Amino acid sequence: MDRVRVTTQRLFPFGTIFLILILLATLPLYVQPYLVILLTTILMYVIITVSWTIFSGPTRYISLASAAFFGVGVYTSALLGKAFPLPVVIVAGSLFSFILALCIGLLTLRLRGMYFIIFTFSITELMRHFLLWWETTMTGTVGRWVVIVDHTVVYYVMLVIFVLVLLAAHLIRHSRFGLALRSIGEQEEAATHIGINATLVKTITFAISAFFMGATGAIMATKWKYIDPKIAFDPLLSFMPVLMAIFGGTGQLFGPVFGAAVFAYLEEVLTTKFPYYYMLLFGSILIVVILFLPHGMVGLVQNLRKRGVKRQNANP
Amino acid sequence: MRILEGKNVTKHFGGLAAVHQVDFNIHQGEVVGLIGPNGAGKTTLFNLISGSLPTTGGEITYKGKRITGLKPHQICKRGVARTFQSAKLFSGMTVFENALAASLFGTKRVISVPDAEKEAAELLEFVELSTVREMLAKDLPIADRKRLEVARALATKPDLLMFDEVMAGLNPTEIAQAMELITEIRKKGITIFMIEHVMKAIMNVCDRIIVLHHGSKIAEGTPGEIATSRTVIEVYLGE
Repeated sequence: MDRVRVTTQRLFPFGTIFLILILLATLPLYVQPYLVILLTTILMYVIITVSWTIFSGPTRYISLASAAFFGVGVYTSALLGKAFPLPVVIVAGSLFSFILALCIGLLTLRLRGMYFIIFTFSITELMRHFLLWWETTMTGTVGRWVVIVDHTVVYYVMLVIFVLVLLAAHLIRHSRFGLALRSIGEQEEAATHIGINATLVKTITFAISAFFMGATGAIMATKWKYIDPKIAFDPLLSFMPVLMAIFGGTGQLFGPVFGAAVFAYLEEVLTTKFPYYYMLLFGSILIVVILFLPHGMVGLVQNLRKRGVKRQNANP
Repeated sequence: MRILEGKNVTKHFGGLAAVHQVDFNIHQGEVVGLIGPNGAGKTTLFNLISGSLPTTGGEITYKGKRITGLKPHQICKRGVARTFQSAKLFSGMTVFENALAASLFGTKRVISVPDAEKEAAELLEFVELSTVREMLAKDLPIADRKRLEVARALATKPDLLMFDEVMAGLNPTEIAQAMELITEIRKKGITIFMIEHVMKAIMNVCDRIIVLHHGSKIAEGTPGEIATSRTVIEVYLGE
Protein backbone atom coordinates (compact mmCIF):
# COMPACT_ATOMS: atom_id res chain seq x y z
CA MET A 1 0.00 0.00 0.00
CA ASP A 2 2.82 2.39 0.84
CA ARG A 3 4.25 1.95 -2.58
CA VAL A 4 0.93 2.89 -4.16
CA ARG A 5 0.94 6.11 -2.23
CA VAL A 6 4.48 6.93 -3.29
CA THR A 7 3.64 6.18 -6.91
CA THR A 8 0.75 8.61 -6.95
CA GLN A 9 2.83 11.29 -5.35
CA ARG A 10 5.43 10.90 -8.03
CA LEU A 11 2.71 10.96 -10.64
CA PHE A 12 1.59 14.37 -9.41
CA PRO A 13 4.28 16.30 -7.62
CA PHE A 14 3.38 19.71 -6.31
CA GLY A 15 5.19 21.46 -9.15
CA THR A 16 3.12 19.76 -11.82
CA ILE A 17 -0.13 20.73 -10.13
CA PHE A 18 1.08 24.30 -9.87
CA LEU A 19 1.98 24.39 -13.57
CA ILE A 20 -1.40 22.98 -14.56
CA LEU A 21 -3.11 25.63 -12.47
CA ILE A 22 -1.09 28.45 -14.05
CA LEU A 23 -1.94 27.05 -17.46
CA LEU A 24 -5.64 26.94 -16.58
CA ALA A 25 -5.54 30.44 -15.11
CA THR A 26 -3.93 32.04 -18.16
CA LEU A 27 -5.90 30.03 -20.70
CA PRO A 28 -8.59 32.63 -21.55
CA LEU A 29 -5.81 34.99 -22.70
CA TYR A 30 -4.79 32.92 -25.68
CA VAL A 31 -7.53 30.46 -26.62
CA GLN A 32 -10.88 30.82 -28.36
CA PRO A 33 -14.00 31.55 -26.29
CA TYR A 34 -15.41 28.15 -27.30
CA LEU A 35 -12.62 26.37 -25.46
CA VAL A 36 -13.13 28.52 -22.37
CA ILE A 37 -16.83 27.69 -22.33
CA LEU A 38 -16.10 24.00 -22.85
CA LEU A 39 -13.59 24.09 -20.01
CA THR A 40 -16.15 25.78 -17.77
CA THR A 41 -18.53 22.87 -18.30
CA ILE A 42 -15.74 20.36 -17.72
CA LEU A 43 -14.75 22.15 -14.51
CA MET A 44 -18.36 22.08 -13.40
CA TYR A 45 -18.49 18.31 -13.74
CA VAL A 46 -15.11 17.93 -12.06
CA ILE A 47 -16.19 20.03 -9.08
CA ILE A 48 -19.44 18.13 -8.62
CA THR A 49 -17.70 14.78 -8.96
CA VAL A 50 -14.93 15.68 -6.51
CA SER A 51 -17.47 17.04 -3.99
CA TRP A 52 -19.51 13.88 -4.40
CA THR A 53 -16.39 11.80 -3.74
CA ILE A 54 -15.55 13.77 -0.57
CA PHE A 55 -18.58 12.17 1.06
CA SER A 56 -19.49 9.09 -0.94
CA GLY A 57 -15.93 7.91 -1.66
CA PRO A 58 -14.77 6.96 1.83
CA THR A 59 -18.17 6.32 3.44
CA ARG A 60 -19.57 4.28 0.53
CA TYR A 61 -22.95 5.93 1.01
CA ILE A 62 -24.01 6.48 -2.59
CA SER A 63 -25.73 9.86 -2.65
CA LEU A 64 -28.04 10.79 -5.52
CA ALA A 65 -28.82 14.21 -4.11
CA SER A 66 -26.15 16.09 -6.09
CA ALA A 67 -28.76 17.60 -8.42
CA ALA A 68 -30.73 18.90 -5.43
CA PHE A 69 -27.73 20.73 -3.99
CA PHE A 70 -26.69 22.03 -7.39
CA GLY A 71 -30.26 23.14 -8.06
CA VAL A 72 -30.44 25.07 -4.79
CA GLY A 73 -27.42 27.03 -5.99
CA VAL A 74 -29.03 27.61 -9.38
CA TYR A 75 -32.23 28.89 -7.83
CA THR A 76 -30.42 31.10 -5.35
CA SER A 77 -28.67 32.70 -8.28
CA ALA A 78 -31.97 33.31 -10.06
CA LEU A 79 -33.63 34.78 -6.98
CA LEU A 80 -30.80 36.90 -5.58
CA GLY A 81 -28.81 37.63 -8.74
CA LYS A 82 -30.47 40.95 -9.47
CA ALA A 83 -30.21 42.33 -5.95
CA PHE A 84 -26.75 41.25 -4.81
CA PRO A 85 -23.21 41.20 -6.21
CA LEU A 86 -21.97 37.90 -7.66
CA PRO A 87 -19.72 36.79 -4.75
CA VAL A 88 -22.60 37.23 -2.28
CA VAL A 89 -24.90 35.22 -4.53
CA ILE A 90 -22.40 32.37 -4.81
CA VAL A 91 -21.74 32.26 -1.07
CA ALA A 92 -25.49 32.33 -0.42
CA GLY A 93 -26.07 29.46 -2.87
CA SER A 94 -23.36 27.41 -1.15
CA LEU A 95 -24.74 28.12 2.31
CA PHE A 96 -28.31 27.22 1.37
CA SER A 97 -27.07 23.91 -0.05
CA PHE A 98 -24.98 23.39 3.06
CA ILE A 99 -27.99 23.95 5.32
CA LEU A 100 -30.24 21.73 3.20
CA ALA A 101 -27.63 18.98 3.40
CA LEU A 102 -27.35 19.35 7.17
CA CYS A 103 -31.10 18.88 7.51
CA ILE A 104 -31.20 15.95 5.10
CA GLY A 105 -28.16 14.46 6.79
CA LEU A 106 -29.66 14.55 10.26
CA LEU A 107 -32.85 13.01 8.93
CA THR A 108 -31.54 10.34 6.63
CA LEU A 109 -28.00 9.32 7.44
CA ARG A 110 -29.42 6.62 9.65
CA LEU A 111 -30.53 4.96 6.45
CA ARG A 112 -28.06 2.72 4.73
CA GLY A 113 -27.51 1.04 1.40
CA MET A 114 -30.38 1.05 -1.04
CA TYR A 115 -32.67 3.04 1.26
CA PHE A 116 -30.20 5.88 1.44
CA ILE A 117 -29.74 5.90 -2.35
CA ILE A 118 -33.46 6.03 -3.02
CA PHE A 119 -34.08 8.66 -0.38
CA THR A 120 -31.38 10.98 -1.68
CA PHE A 121 -32.69 10.54 -5.20
CA SER A 122 -36.19 11.46 -4.09
CA ILE A 123 -34.86 14.67 -2.51
CA THR A 124 -34.06 16.00 -5.98
CA GLU A 125 -37.52 15.06 -7.21
CA LEU A 126 -39.14 16.59 -4.17
CA MET A 127 -37.29 19.88 -4.63
CA ARG A 128 -38.18 20.00 -8.30
CA HIS A 129 -41.87 19.31 -7.82
CA PHE A 130 -42.13 21.58 -4.82
CA LEU A 131 -40.62 24.51 -6.73
CA LEU A 132 -42.74 23.77 -9.77
CA TRP A 133 -45.84 23.87 -7.58
CA TRP A 134 -44.62 27.00 -5.77
CA GLU A 135 -43.81 28.84 -8.96
CA THR A 136 -47.08 28.04 -10.71
CA THR A 137 -49.45 28.56 -7.77
CA MET A 138 -47.66 31.17 -5.66
CA THR A 139 -45.64 33.37 -7.98
CA GLY A 140 -47.38 32.60 -11.24
CA THR A 141 -44.13 32.10 -13.12
CA VAL A 142 -42.59 28.97 -14.51
CA GLY A 143 -39.11 30.08 -15.45
CA ARG A 144 -36.79 32.86 -14.38
CA TRP A 145 -34.17 34.97 -16.07
CA VAL A 146 -30.75 34.97 -14.51
CA VAL A 147 -28.38 37.95 -14.57
CA ILE A 148 -25.82 37.25 -17.24
CA VAL A 149 -22.15 37.22 -16.33
CA ASP A 150 -19.28 37.36 -18.82
CA HIS A 151 -18.06 33.86 -19.73
CA THR A 152 -14.46 34.53 -18.65
CA VAL A 153 -15.72 35.59 -15.22
CA VAL A 154 -17.76 32.40 -15.01
CA TYR A 155 -14.64 30.46 -15.97
CA TYR A 156 -12.52 32.12 -13.30
CA VAL A 157 -15.11 31.65 -10.60
CA MET A 158 -15.36 28.00 -11.58
CA LEU A 159 -11.57 27.73 -11.43
CA VAL A 160 -11.51 29.20 -7.92
CA ILE A 161 -14.20 26.76 -6.74
CA PHE A 162 -12.22 23.95 -8.41
CA VAL A 163 -9.06 24.85 -6.47
CA LEU A 164 -11.02 25.15 -3.22
CA VAL A 165 -12.78 21.81 -3.64
CA LEU A 166 -9.49 20.06 -4.42
CA LEU A 167 -7.93 21.64 -1.36
CA ALA A 168 -10.87 20.64 0.81
CA ALA A 169 -10.85 17.08 -0.55
CA HIS A 170 -7.10 16.81 0.02
CA LEU A 171 -7.25 18.18 3.56
CA ILE A 172 -10.16 15.96 4.57
CA ARG A 173 -8.49 12.93 3.07
CA HIS A 174 -5.30 13.41 5.01
CA SER A 175 -6.79 14.44 8.31
CA ARG A 176 -8.19 12.54 11.29
CA PHE A 177 -11.58 13.40 9.86
CA GLY A 178 -10.72 11.44 6.72
CA LEU A 179 -9.68 8.45 8.80
CA ALA A 180 -13.01 8.61 10.63
CA LEU A 181 -14.85 8.66 7.30
CA ARG A 182 -12.95 5.64 6.05
CA SER A 183 -13.60 3.78 9.30
CA ILE A 184 -17.30 4.48 8.89
CA GLY A 185 -17.19 3.19 5.31
CA GLU A 186 -15.33 0.05 6.36
CA GLN A 187 -17.34 -0.91 9.44
CA GLU A 188 -19.73 1.64 10.82
CA GLU A 189 -20.68 -0.22 13.98
CA ALA A 190 -17.06 -0.76 14.97
CA ALA A 191 -16.36 2.89 14.18
CA THR A 192 -18.93 4.06 16.69
CA HIS A 193 -17.46 1.69 19.28
CA ILE A 194 -14.04 3.28 19.05
CA GLY A 195 -15.51 6.67 19.83
CA ILE A 196 -16.40 8.05 16.40
CA ASN A 197 -19.62 10.07 16.36
CA ALA A 198 -20.67 8.63 13.02
CA THR A 199 -23.84 10.69 12.61
CA LEU A 200 -21.99 13.96 13.19
CA VAL A 201 -19.04 13.09 10.96
CA LYS A 202 -21.31 11.94 8.13
CA THR A 203 -23.64 14.92 8.35
CA ILE A 204 -20.84 17.50 8.34
CA THR A 205 -19.09 15.85 5.41
CA PHE A 206 -22.33 15.56 3.48
CA ALA A 207 -22.90 19.29 4.03
CA ILE A 208 -19.35 20.21 2.98
CA SER A 209 -19.83 18.27 -0.23
CA ALA A 210 -23.17 20.06 -0.81
CA PHE A 211 -21.51 23.44 -0.18
CA PHE A 212 -19.36 23.15 -3.31
CA MET A 213 -22.22 21.80 -5.40
CA GLY A 214 -24.32 24.81 -4.40
CA ALA A 215 -21.53 27.20 -5.34
CA THR A 216 -21.19 25.54 -8.74
CA GLY A 217 -24.92 25.74 -9.34
CA ALA A 218 -24.98 29.43 -8.44
CA ILE A 219 -22.30 30.36 -10.97
CA MET A 220 -23.48 27.95 -13.66
CA ALA A 221 -26.96 29.50 -13.62
CA THR A 222 -25.52 32.80 -14.85
CA LYS A 223 -24.24 30.97 -17.91
CA TRP A 224 -27.63 29.46 -18.67
CA LYS A 225 -29.46 32.81 -18.59
CA TYR A 226 -32.88 31.16 -18.23
CA ILE A 227 -33.81 28.51 -15.69
CA ASP A 228 -36.88 26.69 -14.47
CA PRO A 229 -37.27 23.91 -11.88
CA LYS A 230 -36.75 21.24 -14.54
CA ILE A 231 -33.45 22.73 -15.66
CA ALA A 232 -32.26 23.51 -12.13
CA PHE A 233 -33.04 20.09 -10.68
CA ASP A 234 -32.09 17.82 -13.56
CA PRO A 235 -31.83 14.27 -12.13
CA LEU A 236 -29.14 13.45 -14.68
CA LEU A 237 -26.80 15.61 -12.63
CA SER A 238 -27.27 13.24 -9.72
CA PHE A 239 -26.09 10.26 -11.75
CA MET A 240 -23.24 11.96 -13.58
CA PRO A 241 -20.89 12.34 -10.59
CA VAL A 242 -21.41 8.68 -9.66
CA LEU A 243 -20.58 7.53 -13.19
CA MET A 244 -17.68 9.94 -13.51
CA ALA A 245 -16.19 8.91 -10.18
CA ILE A 246 -16.46 5.22 -11.10
CA PHE A 247 -14.96 6.01 -14.50
CA GLY A 248 -11.96 7.72 -12.91
CA GLY A 249 -11.65 5.54 -9.82
CA THR A 250 -12.45 6.73 -6.33
CA GLY A 251 -9.34 5.31 -4.69
CA GLN A 252 -7.25 8.39 -5.37
CA LEU A 253 -8.02 12.09 -5.27
CA PHE A 254 -7.15 12.48 -8.93
CA GLY A 255 -9.39 9.64 -10.03
CA PRO A 256 -12.62 11.66 -9.96
CA VAL A 257 -10.83 14.68 -11.46
CA PHE A 258 -9.66 12.63 -14.44
CA GLY A 259 -12.88 10.71 -14.68
CA ALA A 260 -15.02 13.82 -14.81
CA ALA A 261 -12.69 15.69 -17.18
CA VAL A 262 -12.40 12.87 -19.70
CA PHE A 263 -16.06 11.96 -19.37
CA ALA A 264 -17.26 15.54 -19.90
CA TYR A 265 -14.93 16.03 -22.85
CA LEU A 266 -16.03 12.74 -24.34
CA GLU A 267 -19.65 13.78 -23.99
CA GLU A 268 -18.94 17.05 -25.81
CA VAL A 269 -17.03 15.35 -28.64
CA LEU A 270 -19.58 12.59 -29.07
CA THR A 271 -22.58 14.94 -29.08
CA THR A 272 -21.01 17.19 -31.71
CA LYS A 273 -19.45 14.50 -33.90
CA PHE A 274 -22.04 11.74 -33.58
CA PRO A 275 -25.28 13.40 -32.51
CA TYR A 276 -27.35 10.32 -33.36
CA TYR A 277 -25.14 7.61 -31.92
CA TYR A 278 -23.78 9.54 -28.97
CA MET A 279 -25.80 7.81 -26.27
CA LEU A 280 -25.01 4.41 -27.74
CA LEU A 281 -21.26 5.10 -27.89
CA PHE A 282 -21.30 6.67 -24.46
CA GLY A 283 -23.05 3.69 -22.92
CA SER A 284 -20.68 1.22 -24.56
CA ILE A 285 -17.61 3.03 -23.29
CA LEU A 286 -19.04 3.12 -19.79
CA ILE A 287 -19.81 -0.61 -19.80
CA VAL A 288 -16.29 -1.43 -20.98
CA VAL A 289 -14.77 0.72 -18.24
CA ILE A 290 -16.89 -0.79 -15.48
CA LEU A 291 -16.28 -4.35 -16.69
CA PHE A 292 -12.56 -4.15 -17.28
CA LEU A 293 -11.34 -1.36 -15.02
CA PRO A 294 -12.93 -1.89 -11.62
CA HIS A 295 -10.64 0.74 -10.11
CA GLY A 296 -11.16 3.23 -12.89
CA MET A 297 -8.58 4.86 -15.08
CA VAL A 298 -6.33 5.81 -12.20
CA GLY A 299 -6.39 2.18 -11.13
CA LEU A 300 -5.26 1.23 -14.63
CA VAL A 301 -2.32 3.61 -14.53
CA GLN A 302 -1.31 2.27 -11.14
CA ASN A 303 -1.55 -1.34 -12.27
CA LEU A 304 0.67 -0.64 -15.25
CA ARG A 305 3.24 1.04 -13.02
CA LYS A 306 3.07 -1.67 -10.41
CA ARG A 307 3.59 -4.34 -13.03
CA GLY A 308 6.73 -2.51 -14.00
CA VAL A 309 8.03 -2.45 -10.43
CA LYS A 310 7.23 -5.85 -9.03
CA ARG A 311 4.44 -8.34 -8.89
CA GLN A 312 2.79 -7.62 -5.62
CA ASN A 313 0.05 -8.90 -3.42
CA ALA A 314 -3.08 -9.00 -5.57
CA ASN A 315 -5.05 -6.72 -3.28
CA PRO A 316 -5.92 -3.26 -4.52
CA MET B 1 -15.31 -0.55 44.01
CA ARG B 2 -18.05 -1.38 41.54
CA ILE B 3 -17.03 -0.25 38.08
CA LEU B 4 -20.07 -1.60 36.24
CA GLU B 5 -23.46 -2.32 37.68
CA GLY B 6 -26.66 -3.54 36.06
CA LYS B 7 -30.06 -3.52 37.71
CA ASN B 8 -33.02 -5.34 36.19
CA VAL B 9 -31.44 -5.05 32.76
CA THR B 10 -34.02 -6.18 30.21
CA LYS B 11 -34.17 -6.45 26.45
CA HIS B 12 -37.20 -7.74 24.61
CA PHE B 13 -37.28 -8.36 20.88
CA GLY B 14 -41.02 -8.40 20.32
CA GLY B 15 -42.24 -11.26 22.46
CA LEU B 16 -38.78 -12.73 22.99
CA ALA B 17 -37.03 -11.83 26.23
CA ALA B 18 -33.41 -11.90 25.08
CA VAL B 19 -32.22 -10.52 28.40
CA HIS B 20 -34.65 -10.56 31.31
CA GLN B 21 -34.18 -8.62 34.56
CA VAL B 22 -30.52 -9.38 34.92
CA ASP B 23 -28.60 -7.90 37.86
CA PHE B 24 -24.82 -7.89 37.77
CA ASN B 25 -21.79 -6.15 39.23
CA ILE B 26 -18.23 -5.97 38.03
CA HIS B 27 -15.61 -4.76 40.46
CA GLN B 28 -12.57 -2.72 39.60
CA GLY B 29 -9.65 -4.91 38.54
CA GLU B 30 -11.69 -8.13 38.24
CA VAL B 31 -11.86 -10.58 35.38
CA VAL B 32 -15.46 -11.73 35.07
CA GLY B 33 -16.63 -14.43 32.69
CA LEU B 34 -20.06 -14.57 31.08
CA ILE B 35 -21.10 -18.04 29.95
CA GLY B 36 -24.22 -19.81 28.83
CA PRO B 37 -25.65 -21.87 25.97
CA ASN B 38 -26.10 -20.37 22.50
CA GLY B 39 -28.95 -17.89 22.45
CA ALA B 40 -28.70 -17.24 26.19
CA GLY B 41 -28.44 -13.50 25.61
CA LYS B 42 -24.73 -13.01 26.32
CA THR B 43 -23.95 -10.90 23.26
CA THR B 44 -27.23 -9.02 23.68
CA LEU B 45 -26.14 -8.08 27.20
CA PHE B 46 -22.82 -6.82 25.80
CA ASN B 47 -24.70 -4.82 23.18
CA LEU B 48 -26.82 -3.24 25.89
CA ILE B 49 -23.77 -2.26 27.94
CA SER B 50 -21.85 -0.84 24.95
CA GLY B 51 -24.89 1.01 23.64
CA SER B 52 -25.34 -0.91 20.37
CA LEU B 53 -28.89 -1.70 21.43
CA PRO B 54 -31.28 0.34 23.55
CA THR B 55 -32.52 -1.38 26.68
CA THR B 56 -36.19 -2.20 27.15
CA GLY B 57 -35.90 -1.78 30.89
CA GLY B 58 -33.48 -1.53 33.78
CA GLU B 59 -30.44 0.57 34.35
CA ILE B 60 -26.72 0.21 33.73
CA THR B 61 -24.26 2.39 35.61
CA TYR B 62 -20.56 2.76 34.93
CA LYS B 63 -18.37 4.25 37.67
CA GLY B 64 -21.53 5.30 39.46
CA LYS B 65 -23.00 7.14 36.48
CA ARG B 66 -25.92 5.98 34.40
CA ILE B 67 -24.90 4.98 30.87
CA THR B 68 -28.20 3.54 29.63
CA GLY B 69 -29.43 5.64 26.73
CA LEU B 70 -25.99 6.89 25.74
CA LYS B 71 -24.66 6.36 22.21
CA PRO B 72 -21.86 3.80 21.64
CA HIS B 73 -19.28 6.53 20.95
CA GLN B 74 -20.14 8.28 24.20
CA ILE B 75 -19.88 5.06 26.19
CA CYS B 76 -16.54 4.34 24.53
CA LYS B 77 -15.21 7.75 25.48
CA ARG B 78 -16.22 7.13 29.10
CA GLY B 79 -13.88 4.15 29.15
CA VAL B 80 -15.77 1.04 28.04
CA ALA B 81 -14.30 -0.81 25.06
CA ARG B 82 -15.38 -4.03 23.41
CA THR B 83 -14.50 -6.54 20.74
CA PHE B 84 -16.97 -8.31 18.50
CA GLN B 85 -17.83 -11.99 18.19
CA SER B 86 -16.97 -11.96 14.49
CA ALA B 87 -14.07 -9.53 14.24
CA LYS B 88 -15.37 -6.24 12.88
CA LEU B 89 -12.17 -4.71 11.63
CA PHE B 90 -11.74 -1.90 9.14
CA SER B 91 -10.74 -4.50 6.56
CA GLY B 92 -9.61 -2.17 3.79
CA MET B 93 -7.36 -0.21 6.14
CA THR B 94 -3.92 -1.19 7.34
CA VAL B 95 -3.34 -2.80 10.72
CA PHE B 96 -1.72 0.42 11.88
CA GLU B 97 -4.60 2.60 10.69
CA ASN B 98 -7.05 0.37 12.57
CA ALA B 99 -5.24 1.04 15.83
CA LEU B 100 -4.60 4.68 14.98
CA ALA B 101 -8.28 5.46 14.43
CA ALA B 102 -9.09 4.08 17.87
CA SER B 103 -6.27 6.08 19.49
CA LEU B 104 -7.44 9.26 17.81
CA PHE B 105 -11.12 9.01 18.64
CA GLY B 106 -11.40 6.72 21.63
CA THR B 107 -10.79 9.21 24.42
CA LYS B 108 -12.61 12.26 25.69
CA ARG B 109 -9.60 14.53 25.49
CA VAL B 110 -8.29 15.41 22.07
CA ILE B 111 -5.01 13.73 21.23
CA SER B 112 -2.49 14.97 18.66
CA VAL B 113 -1.82 12.82 15.61
CA PRO B 114 1.87 12.12 16.48
CA ASP B 115 0.86 11.07 20.02
CA ALA B 116 -1.87 8.82 18.64
CA GLU B 117 0.61 7.29 16.19
CA LYS B 118 3.05 6.60 19.00
CA GLU B 119 0.31 5.01 21.08
CA ALA B 120 -0.97 2.88 18.21
CA ALA B 121 2.55 1.66 17.48
CA GLU B 122 3.10 0.75 21.14
CA LEU B 123 -0.15 -1.19 21.28
CA LEU B 124 0.69 -3.11 18.12
CA GLU B 125 3.98 -3.93 19.80
CA PHE B 126 2.05 -5.09 22.88
CA VAL B 127 -0.15 -7.49 20.91
CA GLU B 128 2.82 -8.52 18.75
CA LEU B 129 1.51 -7.21 15.45
CA SER B 130 4.30 -4.72 14.75
CA THR B 131 5.73 -6.77 11.92
CA VAL B 132 2.49 -6.70 9.95
CA ARG B 133 1.50 -3.10 10.63
CA GLU B 134 1.35 -2.11 6.97
CA MET B 135 -0.72 -5.13 5.94
CA LEU B 136 -4.41 -4.70 5.21
CA ALA B 137 -6.55 -5.95 8.08
CA LYS B 138 -8.47 -8.29 5.76
CA ASP B 139 -5.28 -10.16 4.86
CA LEU B 140 -4.55 -11.18 8.44
CA PRO B 141 -5.05 -14.75 9.66
CA ILE B 142 -7.85 -15.19 12.20
CA ALA B 143 -5.67 -15.16 15.32
CA ASP B 144 -4.05 -11.90 14.27
CA ARG B 145 -7.43 -10.38 13.49
CA LYS B 146 -8.51 -11.12 17.03
CA ARG B 147 -5.30 -9.55 18.33
CA LEU B 148 -5.91 -6.47 16.24
CA GLU B 149 -9.43 -6.16 17.65
CA VAL B 150 -7.92 -6.31 21.12
CA ALA B 151 -5.31 -3.70 20.21
CA ARG B 152 -7.97 -1.46 18.73
CA ALA B 153 -10.11 -1.74 21.84
CA LEU B 154 -7.07 -1.04 24.05
CA ALA B 155 -6.24 2.02 21.97
CA THR B 156 -9.39 3.72 23.24
CA LYS B 157 -7.78 3.58 26.72
CA PRO B 158 -10.57 1.70 28.46
CA ASP B 159 -10.92 0.96 32.17
CA LEU B 160 -13.37 -1.79 31.32
CA LEU B 161 -12.77 -4.09 28.37
CA MET B 162 -15.40 -6.51 27.11
CA PHE B 163 -14.30 -9.50 25.04
CA ASP B 164 -16.96 -11.26 23.00
CA GLU B 165 -15.57 -14.74 22.32
CA VAL B 166 -12.09 -13.54 21.63
CA MET B 167 -10.84 -17.15 21.54
CA ALA B 168 -13.40 -18.59 19.13
CA GLY B 169 -11.75 -20.18 16.12
CA LEU B 170 -8.29 -20.30 17.68
CA ASN B 171 -6.16 -23.42 18.00
CA PRO B 172 -4.85 -24.60 21.41
CA THR B 173 -1.51 -22.78 21.05
CA GLU B 174 -3.28 -19.58 20.09
CA ILE B 175 -5.70 -19.98 22.99
CA ALA B 176 -2.76 -20.26 25.39
CA GLN B 177 -1.33 -17.07 23.88
CA ALA B 178 -4.66 -15.31 24.17
CA MET B 179 -4.89 -16.26 27.85
CA GLU B 180 -1.44 -14.84 28.36
CA LEU B 181 -2.51 -11.64 26.63
CA ILE B 182 -5.55 -11.32 28.90
CA THR B 183 -3.33 -11.71 31.95
CA GLU B 184 -1.04 -8.99 30.58
CA ILE B 185 -4.00 -6.67 30.02
CA ARG B 186 -5.20 -7.33 33.54
CA LYS B 187 -1.77 -6.32 34.84
CA LYS B 188 -2.34 -2.92 33.24
CA GLY B 189 -5.18 -2.46 35.71
CA ILE B 190 -7.96 -2.92 33.17
CA THR B 191 -11.12 -4.64 34.32
CA ILE B 192 -12.25 -7.44 32.02
CA PHE B 193 -15.70 -8.81 31.28
CA MET B 194 -15.57 -11.70 28.82
CA ILE B 195 -17.92 -14.01 26.99
CA GLU B 196 -16.19 -17.27 26.26
CA HIS B 197 -17.01 -20.83 25.33
CA VAL B 198 -13.50 -22.16 25.90
CA MET B 199 -14.01 -23.54 29.40
CA LYS B 200 -10.35 -24.08 30.15
CA ALA B 201 -9.70 -20.40 29.55
CA ILE B 202 -12.71 -19.19 31.49
CA MET B 203 -11.90 -21.35 34.49
CA ASN B 204 -8.28 -20.27 34.50
CA VAL B 205 -8.42 -16.52 34.02
CA CYS B 206 -11.70 -15.50 35.64
CA ASP B 207 -12.19 -14.45 39.25
CA ARG B 208 -15.90 -14.78 38.95
CA ILE B 209 -18.34 -16.22 36.43
CA ILE B 210 -21.91 -15.24 35.58
CA VAL B 211 -24.13 -17.81 33.86
CA LEU B 212 -27.01 -16.79 31.61
CA HIS B 213 -29.74 -19.09 30.35
CA HIS B 214 -32.76 -18.01 28.29
CA GLY B 215 -31.97 -14.40 29.09
CA SER B 216 -31.90 -14.81 32.87
CA LYS B 217 -29.02 -15.10 35.27
CA ILE B 218 -29.10 -18.61 36.71
CA ALA B 219 -25.83 -18.69 38.61
CA GLU B 220 -22.91 -16.60 39.70
CA GLY B 221 -19.76 -17.48 41.58
CA THR B 222 -16.10 -18.44 41.53
CA PRO B 223 -14.95 -20.86 38.82
CA GLY B 224 -14.91 -23.62 41.44
CA GLU B 225 -18.51 -22.97 42.46
CA ILE B 226 -19.70 -22.76 38.87
CA ALA B 227 -17.94 -25.98 37.84
CA THR B 228 -19.74 -27.91 40.58
CA SER B 229 -23.12 -26.16 40.43
CA ARG B 230 -25.96 -28.55 39.68
CA THR B 231 -27.99 -26.06 37.64
CA VAL B 232 -25.04 -24.99 35.52
CA ILE B 233 -24.06 -28.57 34.80
CA GLU B 234 -27.62 -29.36 33.76
CA VAL B 235 -28.15 -26.46 31.36
CA TYR B 236 -24.69 -25.83 30.05
CA LEU B 237 -21.64 -27.78 31.08
CA GLY B 238 -23.08 -31.26 30.93
CA GLU B 239 -21.91 -34.25 32.97
